[in-house]
Amino acid sequence: MAVQSVAQLIGASKKRGGIKALDQVDLAIAAGEVYALLGSNGAGKTTAISLLLGLLRPDLGQARLFGLPPQDLAARRRIGVMLQSAGLPDTLSVAELLAQTRSYYAQPRSLADVAALAGIESLLDARYAKLSGGQQRRVQFALALCGRPELLFLDEPTVGMDTESRLQFWKTIRELVVGGCAVVLTTHYLEEAEALAQRIGVLAQGRLVAEGSLEAIRARVDQRQIRCVSRMPTEQVRAWPQVSSVQRDGDRLHIVTAEPESVLRELLAADAQLCDIEVHRAGLAEALNTITREAA
Amino acid sequence: MSAITFDAISRRSLKLEARLEFLRLLRTPSFALPVLAFPVMFYLLFGVLLAKPGSALQIAHYLMATYCVFGVMAPGLFGFGAAVAIERDKGLLALRRALPAPPLNYVGAKLAMAMMFAFVIFALLSLAGALFGGVRLGLAQWGLLGVTMILGVLPFCALGLLVGSFANGQAAPAIINLIYLPMGLLSGLWFPLTLLPVMFQKLAVVWPAWHLAQLALASIGQPSSGSALVHLAYLAGITVVVGSWAARRLNRES
Repeated sequence: MAVQSVAQLIGASKKRGGIKALDQVDLAIAAGEVYALLGSNGAGKTTAISLLLGLLRPDLGQARLFGLPPQDLAARRRIGVMLQSAGLPDTLSVAELLAQTRSYYAQPRSLADVAALAGIESLLDARYAKLSGGQQRRVQFALALCGRPELLFLDEPTVGMDTESRLQFWKTIRELVVGGCAVVLTTHYLEEAEALAQRIGVLAQGRLVAEGSLEAIRARVDQRQIRCVSRMPTEQVRAWPQVSSVQRDGDRLHIVTAEPESVLRELLAADAQLCDIEVHRAGLAEALNTITREAA
Repeated sequence: MSAITFDAISRRSLKLEARLEFLRLLRTPSFALPVLAFPVMFYLLFGVLLAKPGSALQIAHYLMATYCVFGVMAPGLFGFGAAVAIERDKGLLALRRALPAPPLNYVGAKLAMAMMFAFVIFALLSLAGALFGGVRLGLAQWGLLGVTMILGVLPFCALGLLVGSFANGQAAPAIINLIYLPMGLLSGLWFPLTLLPVMFQKLAVVWPAWHLAQLALASIGQPSSGSALVHLAYLAGITVVVGSWAARRLNRES
Protein backbone atom coordinates (compact mmCIF):
# COMPACT_ATOMS: atom_id res chain seq x y z
CA MET A 1 0.00 0.00 0.00
CA ALA A 2 2.71 2.48 0.99
CA VAL A 3 4.64 1.59 -2.15
CA GLN A 4 1.62 2.48 -4.26
CA SER A 5 1.14 5.98 -2.89
CA VAL A 6 2.52 8.80 -5.01
CA ALA A 7 2.19 11.49 -2.35
CA GLN A 8 1.99 11.13 1.39
CA LEU A 9 1.78 13.11 4.61
CA ILE A 10 2.76 11.12 7.68
CA GLY A 11 1.74 12.65 11.00
CA ALA A 12 2.51 16.06 9.52
CA SER A 13 2.14 19.16 11.67
CA LYS A 14 2.98 22.71 10.68
CA LYS A 15 2.64 25.97 12.58
CA ARG A 16 2.14 29.17 10.62
CA GLY A 17 1.97 32.50 12.36
CA GLY A 18 1.68 30.84 15.78
CA ILE A 19 -1.38 28.82 14.74
CA LYS A 20 -1.42 25.10 14.09
CA ALA A 21 -2.19 25.26 10.38
CA LEU A 22 -1.86 21.48 10.12
CA ASP A 23 -2.15 19.10 13.06
CA GLN A 24 -0.90 15.51 12.72
CA VAL A 25 -2.37 14.88 9.31
CA ASP A 26 -1.96 11.50 7.65
CA LEU A 27 -2.97 11.19 4.06
CA ALA A 28 -1.86 9.15 1.08
CA ILE A 29 -2.69 9.57 -2.57
CA ALA A 30 -2.60 6.38 -4.62
CA ALA A 31 -1.30 6.18 -8.18
CA GLY A 32 -3.95 7.16 -10.69
CA GLU A 33 -6.60 8.41 -8.27
CA VAL A 34 -8.26 11.82 -8.02
CA TYR A 35 -8.17 13.08 -4.44
CA ALA A 36 -10.06 16.24 -3.51
CA LEU A 37 -9.02 18.18 -0.44
CA LEU A 38 -11.93 20.22 0.86
CA GLY A 39 -12.39 22.62 3.70
CA SER A 40 -13.16 26.23 4.45
CA ASN A 41 -10.60 29.02 4.13
CA GLY A 42 -7.86 28.61 6.70
CA ALA A 43 -8.62 24.90 7.18
CA GLY A 44 -5.10 23.97 6.07
CA LYS A 45 -5.56 23.01 2.41
CA THR A 46 -2.83 25.25 1.07
CA THR A 47 -0.46 24.27 3.88
CA ALA A 48 -1.04 20.58 3.10
CA ILE A 49 -0.33 21.18 -0.61
CA SER A 50 2.74 23.28 0.24
CA LEU A 51 4.15 20.45 2.36
CA LEU A 52 3.55 17.90 -0.39
CA LEU A 53 5.24 20.20 -2.91
CA GLY A 54 8.21 20.85 -0.67
CA LEU A 55 7.48 24.59 -0.47
CA LEU A 56 7.25 24.18 3.30
CA ARG A 57 8.79 21.61 5.63
CA PRO A 58 6.70 19.99 8.35
CA ASP A 59 7.57 20.84 11.97
CA LEU A 60 6.70 17.27 12.90
CA GLY A 61 6.13 14.18 10.79
CA GLN A 62 7.07 14.03 7.17
CA ALA A 63 5.99 14.61 3.58
CA ARG A 64 6.81 12.23 0.74
CA LEU A 65 6.57 12.46 -3.04
CA PHE A 66 7.06 9.13 -4.83
CA GLY A 67 8.71 7.95 -1.61
CA LEU A 68 11.28 10.77 -1.71
CA PRO A 69 11.49 14.05 0.16
CA PRO A 70 9.49 16.58 -1.89
CA GLN A 71 12.54 18.87 -2.12
CA ASP A 72 14.19 16.23 -4.29
CA LEU A 73 14.27 17.43 -7.89
CA ALA A 74 13.91 13.85 -9.14
CA ALA A 75 10.55 13.58 -7.35
CA ARG A 76 9.30 16.94 -8.51
CA ARG A 77 10.16 16.19 -12.13
CA ARG A 78 7.31 13.66 -12.02
CA ILE A 79 4.64 16.17 -11.01
CA GLY A 80 2.74 19.05 -12.59
CA VAL A 81 1.55 22.05 -10.60
CA MET A 82 -1.10 24.69 -10.91
CA LEU A 83 -1.06 27.02 -7.91
CA GLN A 84 -3.59 29.68 -6.99
CA SER A 85 -1.37 32.49 -8.14
CA ALA A 86 1.28 32.12 -10.78
CA GLY A 87 2.77 35.59 -11.35
CA LEU A 88 4.10 34.55 -14.74
CA PRO A 89 6.17 37.09 -16.70
CA ASP A 90 3.58 39.27 -18.46
CA THR A 91 5.66 40.27 -21.43
CA LEU A 92 6.45 36.75 -22.64
CA SER A 93 4.26 34.97 -25.18
CA VAL A 94 2.35 31.81 -24.35
CA ALA A 95 4.65 29.79 -26.62
CA GLU A 96 7.72 31.20 -24.82
CA LEU A 97 6.26 30.35 -21.41
CA LEU A 98 5.55 26.80 -22.56
CA ALA A 99 9.06 26.45 -23.99
CA GLN A 100 10.47 27.62 -20.66
CA THR A 101 8.54 25.09 -18.58
CA ARG A 102 9.15 22.29 -21.11
CA SER A 103 12.89 22.92 -20.68
CA TYR A 104 12.64 21.73 -17.05
CA TYR A 105 11.97 18.12 -18.09
CA ALA A 106 14.00 15.42 -19.79
CA GLN A 107 11.16 14.28 -22.05
CA PRO A 108 8.51 16.98 -22.12
CA ARG A 109 5.15 16.65 -23.81
CA SER A 110 5.22 18.21 -27.29
CA LEU A 111 4.15 21.84 -27.59
CA ALA A 112 1.27 20.83 -29.89
CA ASP A 113 -0.02 18.19 -27.44
CA VAL A 114 0.15 20.54 -24.47
CA ALA A 115 -1.66 23.29 -26.37
CA ALA A 116 -4.36 20.88 -27.57
CA LEU A 117 -4.93 19.39 -24.10
CA ALA A 118 -5.34 22.81 -22.51
CA GLY A 119 -7.28 24.24 -25.46
CA ILE A 120 -4.88 27.12 -26.06
CA GLU A 121 -3.79 26.46 -29.67
CA SER A 122 -5.04 29.89 -30.77
CA LEU A 123 -3.26 31.73 -27.95
CA LEU A 124 0.33 30.60 -28.53
CA ASP A 125 1.56 33.87 -30.07
CA ALA A 126 -0.27 36.13 -27.63
CA ARG A 127 1.53 37.92 -24.83
CA TYR A 128 0.47 36.54 -21.45
CA ALA A 129 -0.58 40.01 -20.22
CA LYS A 130 -3.12 40.33 -23.05
CA LEU A 131 -5.09 37.22 -22.03
CA SER A 132 -8.31 37.16 -20.02
CA GLY A 133 -8.29 35.67 -16.52
CA GLY A 134 -9.80 32.41 -17.76
CA GLN A 135 -7.29 32.17 -20.62
CA GLN A 136 -4.38 32.77 -18.22
CA ARG A 137 -5.73 29.97 -16.04
CA ARG A 138 -5.72 27.63 -19.06
CA VAL A 139 -2.12 28.60 -19.83
CA GLN A 140 -1.19 27.80 -16.22
CA PHE A 141 -2.90 24.43 -16.66
CA ALA A 142 -0.89 23.88 -19.86
CA LEU A 143 2.33 24.55 -17.91
CA ALA A 144 1.28 21.89 -15.39
CA LEU A 145 1.02 19.34 -18.22
CA CYS A 146 4.42 20.03 -19.82
CA GLY A 147 6.28 17.29 -17.96
CA ARG A 148 3.87 14.37 -18.65
CA PRO A 149 3.14 14.36 -14.90
CA GLU A 150 2.24 11.20 -13.02
CA LEU A 151 0.73 13.43 -10.36
CA LEU A 152 -1.00 16.76 -10.89
CA PHE A 153 -1.51 19.31 -8.11
CA LEU A 154 -4.41 21.62 -8.87
CA ASP A 155 -5.03 24.35 -6.28
CA GLU A 156 -8.42 25.94 -6.98
CA PRO A 157 -7.94 25.34 -10.71
CA THR A 158 -11.17 26.65 -12.20
CA VAL A 159 -11.50 29.95 -10.34
CA GLY A 160 -12.05 32.58 -13.02
CA MET A 161 -13.08 30.10 -15.72
CA ASP A 162 -16.48 30.34 -17.40
CA THR A 163 -18.82 27.32 -17.36
CA GLU A 164 -17.79 26.09 -20.79
CA SER A 165 -14.05 26.27 -19.99
CA ARG A 166 -14.71 24.50 -16.73
CA LEU A 167 -16.52 21.59 -18.43
CA GLN A 168 -13.72 21.37 -21.00
CA PHE A 169 -11.20 21.41 -18.16
CA TRP A 170 -12.98 18.56 -16.34
CA LYS A 171 -13.06 16.55 -19.56
CA THR A 172 -9.30 16.96 -19.98
CA ILE A 173 -8.66 15.94 -16.37
CA ARG A 174 -10.73 12.77 -16.88
CA GLU A 175 -8.70 11.95 -20.01
CA LEU A 176 -5.46 12.40 -18.08
CA VAL A 177 -6.73 10.20 -15.26
CA VAL A 178 -7.63 7.49 -17.78
CA GLY A 179 -4.01 7.79 -18.92
CA GLY A 180 -2.87 6.96 -15.37
CA CYS A 181 -2.26 10.44 -13.93
CA ALA A 182 -3.14 10.98 -10.26
CA VAL A 183 -4.61 14.33 -9.21
CA VAL A 184 -4.66 16.23 -5.94
CA LEU A 185 -7.35 18.87 -6.16
CA THR A 186 -8.41 21.63 -3.81
CA THR A 187 -11.56 23.44 -4.67
CA HIS A 188 -14.35 25.61 -3.35
CA TYR A 189 -16.70 24.30 -6.02
CA LEU A 190 -18.33 21.21 -4.57
CA GLU A 191 -19.68 20.18 -7.95
CA GLU A 192 -16.06 20.07 -9.08
CA ALA A 193 -15.18 17.56 -6.37
CA GLU A 194 -18.36 15.61 -7.16
CA ALA A 195 -17.54 15.61 -10.88
CA LEU A 196 -13.91 14.52 -10.58
CA ALA A 197 -12.91 13.03 -7.26
CA GLN A 198 -12.83 9.38 -6.30
CA ARG A 199 -11.75 10.17 -2.76
CA ILE A 200 -12.29 13.20 -0.59
CA GLY A 201 -10.46 14.46 2.45
CA VAL A 202 -12.07 17.12 4.62
CA LEU A 203 -9.83 19.47 6.59
CA ALA A 204 -11.11 21.56 9.47
CA GLN A 205 -8.82 23.64 11.68
CA GLY A 206 -5.77 21.79 10.46
CA ARG A 207 -7.09 18.30 11.14
CA LEU A 208 -8.29 15.72 8.66
CA VAL A 209 -11.79 15.24 10.05
CA ALA A 210 -13.17 12.93 7.38
CA GLU A 211 -11.80 10.93 4.51
CA GLY A 212 -13.38 8.50 2.11
CA SER A 213 -15.23 8.06 -1.16
CA LEU A 214 -17.81 10.60 -2.23
CA GLU A 215 -20.54 8.17 -1.10
CA ALA A 216 -18.89 7.53 2.24
CA ILE A 217 -18.62 11.24 2.97
CA ARG A 218 -22.23 11.79 2.02
CA ALA A 219 -23.26 8.81 4.16
CA ARG A 220 -21.53 10.36 7.18
CA VAL A 221 -24.54 12.58 7.22
CA ASP A 222 -27.63 10.42 7.68
CA GLN A 223 -30.04 13.32 7.34
CA ARG A 224 -32.55 13.38 4.48
CA GLN A 225 -34.45 16.29 3.13
CA ILE A 226 -38.19 15.98 2.40
CA ARG A 227 -39.91 18.56 0.24
CA CYS A 228 -43.62 18.58 -0.38
CA VAL A 229 -46.60 20.83 -1.04
CA SER A 230 -48.70 20.94 2.10
CA ARG A 231 -50.77 23.35 4.14
CA MET A 232 -49.73 21.83 7.46
CA PRO A 233 -48.62 24.46 10.00
CA THR A 234 -44.83 24.34 10.52
CA GLU A 235 -45.24 24.37 14.32
CA GLN A 236 -47.20 21.11 14.18
CA VAL A 237 -44.51 19.37 12.07
CA ARG A 238 -41.71 20.76 14.18
CA ALA A 239 -43.31 19.19 17.26
CA TRP A 240 -42.74 15.65 15.88
CA PRO A 241 -39.72 14.13 17.66
CA GLN A 242 -38.00 12.71 14.50
CA VAL A 243 -37.90 16.12 12.76
CA SER A 244 -34.66 18.11 12.98
CA SER A 245 -35.89 21.25 11.24
CA VAL A 246 -38.77 22.63 9.17
CA GLN A 247 -38.98 25.60 6.86
CA ARG A 248 -41.85 26.95 4.77
CA ASP A 249 -41.20 28.32 1.29
CA GLY A 250 -44.53 29.47 -0.18
CA ASP A 251 -46.78 26.43 -0.25
CA ARG A 252 -43.82 24.08 0.15
CA LEU A 253 -42.45 22.54 3.30
CA HIS A 254 -38.75 21.65 3.66
CA ILE A 255 -38.24 19.07 6.37
CA VAL A 256 -34.86 17.69 7.50
CA THR A 257 -34.95 14.39 9.33
CA ALA A 258 -32.93 11.31 10.13
CA GLU A 259 -36.03 9.08 9.76
CA PRO A 260 -37.76 10.03 6.52
CA GLU A 261 -39.99 6.96 6.41
CA SER A 262 -41.79 7.62 9.69
CA VAL A 263 -42.08 11.37 8.99
CA LEU A 264 -43.64 10.59 5.60
CA ARG A 265 -46.15 8.23 7.20
CA GLU A 266 -47.20 10.95 9.66
CA LEU A 267 -47.36 13.58 6.93
CA LEU A 268 -49.56 11.47 4.66
CA ALA A 269 -51.84 10.61 7.57
CA ALA A 270 -52.17 14.23 8.72
CA ASP A 271 -52.67 15.97 5.34
CA ALA A 272 -54.87 14.35 2.68
CA GLN A 273 -53.98 17.06 0.16
CA LEU A 274 -50.22 16.47 0.48
CA CYS A 275 -48.55 16.19 -2.96
CA ASP A 276 -45.32 16.64 -4.92
CA ILE A 277 -43.13 14.68 -2.50
CA GLU A 278 -39.36 14.61 -2.99
CA VAL A 279 -36.83 12.92 -0.69
CA HIS A 280 -33.13 13.72 -1.04
CA ARG A 281 -30.03 12.39 0.60
CA ALA A 282 -27.98 15.34 1.76
CA GLY A 283 -25.59 16.71 -0.88
CA LEU A 284 -21.87 17.09 -0.42
CA ALA A 285 -22.40 20.67 0.72
CA GLU A 286 -24.70 19.64 3.58
CA ALA A 287 -22.38 16.76 4.45
CA LEU A 288 -19.39 19.10 4.66
CA ASN A 289 -21.27 21.62 6.75
CA THR A 290 -22.26 18.93 9.21
CA ILE A 291 -18.80 17.35 9.37
CA THR A 292 -17.09 20.69 9.84
CA ARG A 293 -19.60 21.76 12.49
CA GLU A 294 -19.13 18.52 14.41
CA ALA A 295 -15.35 18.97 14.28
CA ALA A 296 -15.49 22.50 15.65
CA MET B 1 19.60 21.46 2.56
CA SER B 2 19.44 18.83 -0.14
CA ALA B 3 22.22 18.79 -2.70
CA ILE B 4 21.74 21.36 -5.44
CA THR B 5 21.29 19.75 -8.81
CA PHE B 6 22.84 21.26 -11.92
CA ASP B 7 22.52 18.56 -14.55
CA ALA B 8 22.20 18.50 -18.35
CA ILE B 9 18.54 19.55 -18.17
CA SER B 10 19.45 22.51 -15.96
CA ARG B 11 22.22 23.65 -18.31
CA ARG B 12 20.01 23.46 -21.39
CA SER B 13 17.21 25.21 -19.56
CA LEU B 14 19.51 27.97 -18.29
CA LYS B 15 20.37 29.07 -21.83
CA LEU B 16 16.71 29.41 -22.72
CA GLU B 17 15.80 31.07 -19.42
CA ALA B 18 18.58 33.65 -19.76
CA ARG B 19 17.35 34.56 -23.25
CA LEU B 20 13.73 34.80 -22.06
CA GLU B 21 14.72 36.88 -19.03
CA PHE B 22 16.54 39.32 -21.34
CA LEU B 23 13.54 39.43 -23.72
CA ARG B 24 11.12 39.90 -20.85
CA LEU B 25 12.93 43.01 -19.61
CA LEU B 26 13.63 44.31 -23.11
CA ARG B 27 9.85 44.23 -23.66
CA THR B 28 9.23 46.12 -20.40
CA PRO B 29 9.53 49.78 -21.41
CA SER B 30 9.64 51.06 -17.84
CA PHE B 31 12.85 49.05 -17.41
CA ALA B 32 14.48 48.96 -20.84
CA LEU B 33 14.05 52.62 -21.75
CA PRO B 34 15.73 54.22 -18.72
CA VAL B 35 18.36 51.50 -18.48
CA LEU B 36 19.44 51.66 -22.10
CA ALA B 37 18.70 55.27 -23.04
CA PHE B 38 19.52 57.36 -19.97
CA PRO B 39 23.27 56.70 -19.70
CA VAL B 40 23.77 57.47 -23.41
CA MET B 41 21.54 60.55 -23.28
CA PHE B 42 23.29 61.95 -20.19
CA TYR B 43 26.66 61.16 -21.70
CA LEU B 44 25.85 62.95 -24.96
CA LEU B 45 24.51 65.94 -23.02
CA PHE B 46 27.20 66.35 -20.35
CA GLY B 47 30.13 64.55 -21.93
CA VAL B 48 29.79 65.83 -25.49
CA LEU B 49 27.44 68.80 -25.95
CA LEU B 50 28.15 70.74 -22.75
CA ALA B 51 31.79 69.73 -22.35
CA LYS B 52 34.22 72.66 -22.47
CA PRO B 53 36.95 71.88 -24.97
CA GLY B 54 40.53 72.15 -23.84
CA SER B 55 39.94 71.43 -20.16
CA ALA B 56 42.68 69.54 -18.34
CA LEU B 57 40.46 66.53 -17.95
CA GLN B 58 39.46 64.51 -20.99
CA ILE B 59 35.76 64.87 -20.21
CA ALA B 60 34.48 62.73 -23.07
CA HIS B 61 36.79 59.90 -21.95
CA TYR B 62 36.16 60.29 -18.24
CA LEU B 63 32.38 60.41 -18.52
CA MET B 64 32.24 57.57 -21.02
CA ALA B 65 33.82 55.32 -18.40
CA THR B 66 31.77 56.61 -15.48
CA TYR B 67 28.45 56.58 -17.35
CA CYS B 68 29.23 52.97 -18.26
CA VAL B 69 29.40 52.30 -14.51
CA PHE B 70 26.21 54.28 -13.93
CA GLY B 71 24.59 52.27 -16.72
CA VAL B 72 25.54 48.80 -15.50
CA MET B 73 24.37 49.53 -11.96
CA ALA B 74 20.76 49.57 -13.19
CA PRO B 75 20.30 46.03 -14.56
CA GLY B 76 21.93 44.69 -11.39
CA LEU B 77 19.93 46.77 -8.95
CA PHE B 78 16.58 46.93 -10.77
CA GLY B 79 16.65 43.82 -12.98
CA PHE B 80 17.64 41.77 -9.97
CA GLY B 81 16.44 43.57 -6.88
CA ALA B 82 13.09 44.97 -7.89
CA ALA B 83 12.29 41.91 -10.03
CA VAL B 84 13.01 39.42 -7.24
CA ALA B 85 10.79 41.32 -4.80
CA ILE B 86 7.95 41.63 -7.32
CA GLU B 87 8.16 38.03 -8.44
CA ARG B 88 8.20 36.76 -4.87
CA ASP B 89 5.07 38.82 -4.10
CA LYS B 90 3.26 37.47 -7.17
CA GLY B 91 4.00 33.86 -6.28
CA LEU B 92 6.35 33.13 -9.17
CA LEU B 93 9.12 32.00 -6.85
CA ALA B 94 6.82 29.45 -5.21
CA LEU B 95 5.61 28.22 -8.60
CA ARG B 96 9.17 27.87 -9.89
CA ARG B 97 10.14 25.85 -6.84
CA ALA B 98 7.07 23.65 -7.16
CA LEU B 99 7.52 23.15 -10.87
CA PRO B 100 10.85 21.58 -10.99
CA ALA B 101 12.63 24.69 -12.24
CA PRO B 102 16.34 23.97 -11.68
CA PRO B 103 17.10 25.83 -8.43
CA LEU B 104 20.18 27.72 -9.61
CA ASN B 105 18.59 28.89 -12.84
CA TYR B 106 16.48 31.64 -11.35
CA VAL B 107 19.54 33.53 -10.20
CA GLY B 108 21.63 32.19 -13.08
CA ALA B 109 19.27 33.49 -15.76
CA LYS B 110 19.06 36.87 -14.07
CA LEU B 111 22.87 37.10 -13.82
CA ALA B 112 23.18 36.33 -17.52
CA MET B 113 20.48 38.90 -18.30
CA ALA B 114 22.28 41.57 -16.27
CA MET B 115 25.57 40.79 -18.04
CA MET B 116 23.87 41.00 -21.44
CA PHE B 117 22.38 44.38 -20.57
CA ALA B 118 25.79 45.48 -19.27
CA PHE B 119 27.35 44.59 -22.60
CA VAL B 120 24.66 46.47 -24.56
CA ILE B 121 25.11 49.56 -22.34
CA PHE B 122 28.88 49.39 -22.79
CA ALA B 123 28.45 49.03 -26.57
CA LEU B 124 26.04 51.98 -26.81
CA LEU B 125 28.28 54.27 -24.75
CA SER B 126 31.37 53.19 -26.67
CA LEU B 127 29.65 54.00 -29.95
CA ALA B 128 28.52 57.37 -28.61
CA GLY B 129 32.02 58.09 -27.31
CA ALA B 130 33.78 57.06 -30.51
CA LEU B 131 31.33 58.73 -32.92
CA PHE B 132 30.46 61.95 -31.06
CA GLY B 133 32.95 62.35 -28.20
CA GLY B 134 36.13 61.80 -30.18
CA VAL B 135 37.16 58.97 -27.87
CA ARG B 136 40.06 57.03 -29.37
CA LEU B 137 41.26 53.88 -27.62
CA GLY B 138 43.36 50.86 -28.45
CA LEU B 139 41.60 47.57 -29.06
CA ALA B 140 42.94 46.18 -25.74
CA GLN B 141 41.54 49.20 -23.87
CA TRP B 142 38.07 48.80 -25.42
CA GLY B 143 38.20 45.10 -24.56
CA LEU B 144 39.31 45.71 -20.99
CA LEU B 145 36.57 48.31 -20.43
CA GLY B 146 33.99 45.87 -21.83
CA VAL B 147 35.09 43.01 -19.59
CA THR B 148 35.20 45.36 -16.58
CA MET B 149 31.60 46.37 -17.26
CA ILE B 150 30.29 42.85 -17.87
CA LEU B 151 31.82 41.58 -14.62
CA GLY B 152 31.23 44.89 -12.85
CA VAL B 153 27.51 44.29 -12.89
CA LEU B 154 27.90 41.43 -10.37
CA PRO B 155 28.27 43.38 -7.09
CA PHE B 156 25.16 45.37 -8.03
CA CYS B 157 23.29 42.14 -8.70
CA ALA B 158 24.20 41.05 -5.18
CA LEU B 159 23.07 44.38 -3.68
CA GLY B 160 19.83 44.23 -5.68
CA LEU B 161 19.22 40.66 -4.57
CA LEU B 162 19.67 41.68 -0.94
CA VAL B 163 17.14 44.51 -1.25
CA GLY B 164 14.79 42.11 -3.07
CA SER B 165 15.09 39.61 -0.24
CA PHE B 166 14.05 42.22 2.34
CA ALA B 167 11.56 44.53 0.64
CA ASN B 168 8.23 43.76 -0.97
CA GLY B 169 7.51 44.48 -4.63
CA GLN B 170 6.16 47.96 -4.00
CA ALA B 171 8.92 49.17 -1.71
CA ALA B 172 11.86 47.65 -3.56
CA PRO B 173 12.00 50.05 -6.56
CA ALA B 174 11.86 53.06 -4.22
CA ILE B 175 14.59 51.68 -1.95
CA ILE B 176 16.75 50.87 -4.94
CA ASN B 177 16.37 54.38 -6.33
CA LEU B 178 17.54 55.66 -2.95
CA ILE B 179 20.69 53.57 -3.37
CA TYR B 180 21.18 54.05 -7.11
CA LEU B 181 21.09 57.81 -7.55
CA PRO B 182 22.98 58.96 -4.43
CA MET B 183 25.64 56.29 -4.94
CA GLY B 184 26.05 57.45 -8.54
CA LEU B 185 26.55 61.03 -7.42
CA LEU B 186 28.80 60.24 -4.45
CA SER B 187 30.99 57.91 -6.52
CA GLY B 188 31.83 60.66 -9.00
CA LEU B 189 29.95 59.12 -11.89
CA TRP B 190 28.37 62.40 -13.05
CA PHE B 191 31.31 64.72 -12.32
CA PRO B 192 34.69 64.27 -10.65
CA LEU B 193 34.58 64.01 -6.87
CA THR B 194 37.04 66.90 -6.55
CA LEU B 195 34.03 69.16 -7.11
CA LEU B 196 32.46 67.83 -3.87
CA PRO B 197 33.51 68.61 -0.27
CA VAL B 198 36.51 66.60 1.02
CA MET B 199 34.26 64.58 3.34
CA PHE B 200 32.48 63.05 0.37
CA GLN B 201 35.77 62.33 -1.38
CA LYS B 202 36.90 60.38 1.70
CA LEU B 203 33.58 58.57 1.98
CA ALA B 204 33.80 57.37 -1.63
CA VAL B 205 35.88 54.28 -0.74
CA VAL B 206 32.70 52.80 0.75
CA TRP B 207 30.77 52.76 -2.53
CA PRO B 208 31.22 49.80 -4.87
CA ALA B 209 30.38 52.13 -7.77
CA TRP B 210 33.43 54.26 -6.93
CA HIS B 211 35.71 51.21 -6.99
CA LEU B 212 34.25 50.06 -10.30
CA ALA B 213 34.65 53.58 -11.73
CA GLN B 214 38.36 53.60 -10.75
CA LEU B 215 38.81 50.28 -12.55
CA ALA B 216 36.94 51.59 -15.61
CA LEU B 217 39.03 54.79 -15.71
CA ALA B 218 42.27 52.85 -15.30
CA SER B 219 41.29 50.43 -18.06
CA ILE B 220 41.14 53.25 -20.62
CA GLY B 221 44.25 55.05 -19.36
CA GLN B 222 42.50 57.86 -17.48
CA PRO B 223 43.79 59.04 -14.10
CA SER B 224 42.33 56.97 -11.24
CA SER B 225 42.84 56.51 -7.50
CA GLY B 226 43.92 53.46 -5.56
CA SER B 227 45.25 50.12 -6.70
CA ALA B 228 43.35 47.91 -9.11
CA LEU B 229 43.90 44.88 -6.88
CA VAL B 230 42.24 46.59 -3.91
CA HIS B 231 39.28 47.64 -6.08
CA LEU B 232 38.90 44.11 -7.41
CA ALA B 233 39.14 42.59 -3.93
CA TYR B 234 36.55 45.04 -2.56
CA LEU B 235 34.09 44.36 -5.38
CA ALA B 236 34.58 40.60 -5.18
CA GLY B 237 34.14 40.75 -1.40
CA ILE B 238 30.88 42.73 -1.70
CA THR B 239 29.58 40.26 -4.30
CA VAL B 240 30.32 37.19 -2.20
CA VAL B 241 29.30 38.52 1.21
CA VAL B 242 26.16 40.38 0.16
CA GLY B 243 25.20 37.75 -2.42
CA SER B 244 25.39 34.84 0.03
CA TRP B 245 23.53 36.83 2.68
CA ALA B 246 20.73 37.46 0.16
CA ALA B 247 20.72 33.84 -1.02
CA ARG B 248 20.37 32.61 2.56
CA ARG B 249 17.43 34.92 3.11
CA LEU B 250 15.72 33.84 -0.09
CA ASN B 251 16.16 30.15 0.67
CA ARG B 252 14.49 30.49 4.03
CA GLU B 253 10.93 29.31 3.82
CA SER B 254 8.28 31.90 4.50
